[in-house]
Amino acid sequence: MAEKTVRLGSLLACAAIVAAAIGFAATTVRAAKATLTVYTAVEADDLKKYAARFNEDYPDIEIKWVRDSTGVITAKLLAEKANPQADVIWGLAATSLLVLKPEGMLMPYAPKGVERLDAQFRDKDNPPTWVGMDAWVAALCFNTVEAQKKNLPKPASWKDLTKPVYKGAVVMPNPASSGTGFLDVSSWLQLFGETEGWKYMDALHQNIGVYTHSGSKPCTMAGAGEYPLGVSFEFRAARQKKQGAPIDIVFPSEGSGWDMEATAIVKGTKNLEAAKTLVNWSVTDKAMKLYNEGYAVVAISKMSQPVEHLPANMLEHMAKNDFQWAATNRAKILAEWEKRYGAKSEPKK
Amino acid sequence: MRLFIGVIGLYLVAALALPLGLMLAKSLQGSRDEFVGLANYVRYFSTPALSQSIGNSLGVSILSTVITVPLAFLYADALTRSRMPFRGFFKTVALVPILVPSLLPGLALVYLFGNQGLLKAALFGHSIYGPIGIVMAEVFTTFPHALLIVLAALALADARLYEAAVALRASRPKIFWTVTLPGARYGLISATFVVFTTVVTDFGAPKVIGGQYNVLATDVYKQVIGQQNFQMGAVVSVILLVPAVFAFMVDRAVRRRQVALLSARAVPYEPKPQPLFDLLMLAYCVVIGCALLSIVAISQFAAVVKFFPYNLALTWAHYDFDQKGGGGWASYYNSIRLALLTSVVGTVVVFVGAYLVEKARGFALGRGIFHFLAMLPMAVPGLVLGLAYIFFFNAPANPLNVLYRTMTILVVNTIMHFYTVGHLTALTALRQMDPEFETVSASLKQPFYRTFWRVTVPVCLPSTLDIAIYMFVNAMTTVSGVVFIYGPKTELASISVLNMDDTGEIASAAAMAMMIFYTNVGARMLHLILARALERRTQAWRRR
Repeated sequence: MAEKTVRLGSLLACAAIVAAAIGFAATTVRAAKATLTVYTAVEADDLKKYAARFNEDYPDIEIKWVRDSTGVITAKLLAEKANPQADVIWGLAATSLLVLKPEGMLMPYAPKGVERLDAQFRDKDNPPTWVGMDAWVAALCFNTVEAQKKNLPKPASWKDLTKPVYKGAVVMPNPASSGTGFLDVSSWLQLFGETEGWKYMDALHQNIGVYTHSGSKPCTMAGAGEYPLGVSFEFRAARQKKQGAPIDIVFPSEGSGWDMEATAIVKGTKNLEAAKTLVNWSVTDKAMKLYNEGYAVVAISKMSQPVEHLPANMLEHMAKNDFQWAATNRAKILAEWEKRYGAKSEPKK
Repeated sequence: MRLFIGVIGLYLVAALALPLGLMLAKSLQGSRDEFVGLANYVRYFSTPALSQSIGNSLGVSILSTVITVPLAFLYADALTRSRMPFRGFFKTVALVPILVPSLLPGLALVYLFGNQGLLKAALFGHSIYGPIGIVMAEVFTTFPHALLIVLAALALADARLYEAAVALRASRPKIFWTVTLPGARYGLISATFVVFTTVVTDFGAPKVIGGQYNVLATDVYKQVIGQQNFQMGAVVSVILLVPAVFAFMVDRAVRRRQVALLSARAVPYEPKPQPLFDLLMLAYCVVIGCALLSIVAISQFAAVVKFFPYNLALTWAHYDFDQKGGGGWASYYNSIRLALLTSVVGTVVVFVGAYLVEKARGFALGRGIFHFLAMLPMAVPGLVLGLAYIFFFNAPANPLNVLYRTMTILVVNTIMHFYTVGHLTALTALRQMDPEFETVSASLKQPFYRTFWRVTVPVCLPSTLDIAIYMFVNAMTTVSGVVFIYGPKTELASISVLNMDDTGEIASAAAMAMMIFYTNVGARMLHLILARALERRTQAWRRR
């Protein structure tokens, strides 16, 4: 009898655990009316804010983010070309959208109020296949504490970074995965010309500590003093400084490479109405103000307000940039970069 | 009975054999799925940036093995051959690395030996980002695995050999070389291959701390995630399979020979107190224990410090995962769901599977194939399995493709990934049971499921609990198996660690990794309590 009770007890215990596990696992989120799968390279710490702001106006559209670095999201979209998983692309480099456009992956659509955007912040076609959000601009994060310890002068130009004094002190993002890395490389090739540009990178390569996966990491590493100099971009630089990193933000004298974040509808989406709603919203004043919280230059440039820790004349720091050239040559540039610097076997000291 | 074998066998085929087969095929295809023969392999070997990873992988794996196995052996020697105090405590400490994802030692090493690291001077100007960091992280990760195997081997010692050696006046080192070491040789070989395989297939450590030092595992990831070049990813995966399968086969061959080592007349060895030796061993264990714990401690420290290294004030801000990259707190709850489902469903599948292999009669060929499939996952790296799942479950023609990017596929994958150890545990437990139970119940005209439910399951309950906790802990920590197949709604804690490290939020990455650690500690303690309670009830028949 006792034996039976014992067995029953243990069985009940097991059943309770199983039931608890299944019950917990089966908890589902209450479904919203429409769900959009949105591919993005927007900075991860801002994603929830973007969705929340949009949901203030459209609570019935739920955004499912798929976020990664620019290069990864671009590659993912290309790989899924036959069977697209995304409804909308919100916050991806214009140079990447220009790669997707000739593949026929984007649906032309003119959101309400698109004419208010500066001409260079929207696709030239009518209706445009993509619309801009804001510019993100290359910037150097320079750790002043470590610089003092190691007696490093503050660099003023891109060329300065190749000086022997910075050996092993510079971090930059890998352009294959990071949009920031790609805009650096493409701007150097445009600023210095192709031959000189690659020569410049050969010299810079000698000073690189590591190439990182994302464009933010060089600045967070510089902020933490892991490496004194990070080639990153202005949004992350300003935010690092705000969080207490002992850094100076440098915009090199030759001019900073830049790219813009942009929005597009993926052709073949099953949620076209919701997708249009999101893209319409993405060019409203409210959205511009949202972008402006982190980025100094937004697509309606007269709306741009200065951002804390960043210079007011950001537009003047931005180098001339031929997006079409960068997009057309993207694959070739990345292959060349990979060949030259991808196989670095060990970080130089 | 055949029906049951068929059902679970089908599961193994669908969740293991077909995806792997498809992956092999993919490595022979071009970007439009046309057959290109060995062209991809030719391209691989003619691209130095890719093929040099083979040497790098083998290099760090061999070095890690050469360091880990002797360290673990000495530690095991201290635990079994000395009378030093706190042996139980030190054994527990040594198992800590099992409870954390292999990303964690990488993060911790940045804080310890990075350019701002607390112990940077110890590297004499060498960079932690690269082979040095990888090897240090791998030694941490593989230490408990080597230790457990060596401990099992040393536990088989026959006291009579030691008594004979002492009677012959052999010196202490001589006893070590002529009795202890040969007795544990199979364990040592086994540990060597397990450590080697673990390192060669590990993805977490080189991803976080490897810098520009490419290894095979990070190459698979870069090809698939970074460039979405699935064919080349498949090629690297196949190359990664070679050393893993080789090590697996040697290990199997060695383990088979070990069985007959302990004779029925052996007397268990019980060490006598030897003050100096015990003290030395204690000192050694303290050093190793501190090294292991410091990795965990520094991670926790980094997770609550405001801005390392400039502002060491305490803060909880890094735990505000919802404001960071990665999947936020939702990913943590996803991980717990995955771990619970994997441990419950996995234990049932594995145990029933092992029962059918061991206790069923007839259908020998089917059971043989089944057993082979159950052993296979041991040799398949997580990344390779994950990639194979993309090919299999994302194929438009596959009716199972609705599972793609769901929790279900993560559960299926994780059970498969960790199937072998559970299978072996269950087999061992089942083999201890006399087959007469089955014969008697058959002669009493009882159906087999009744015997199974009323005799087999209760008797084997401790082992099933072991399988469950093993599945739970591994589901919490795994990165490599799931990194290719998680979806927007099924991001996991371990994946969040990876993604937060990628964007430079290292403190939050460490905080999340520590959440995994604490969860696993909790699960282990619960397991201990449950096991004790159940053992008292269901195992009473073992005592007189």
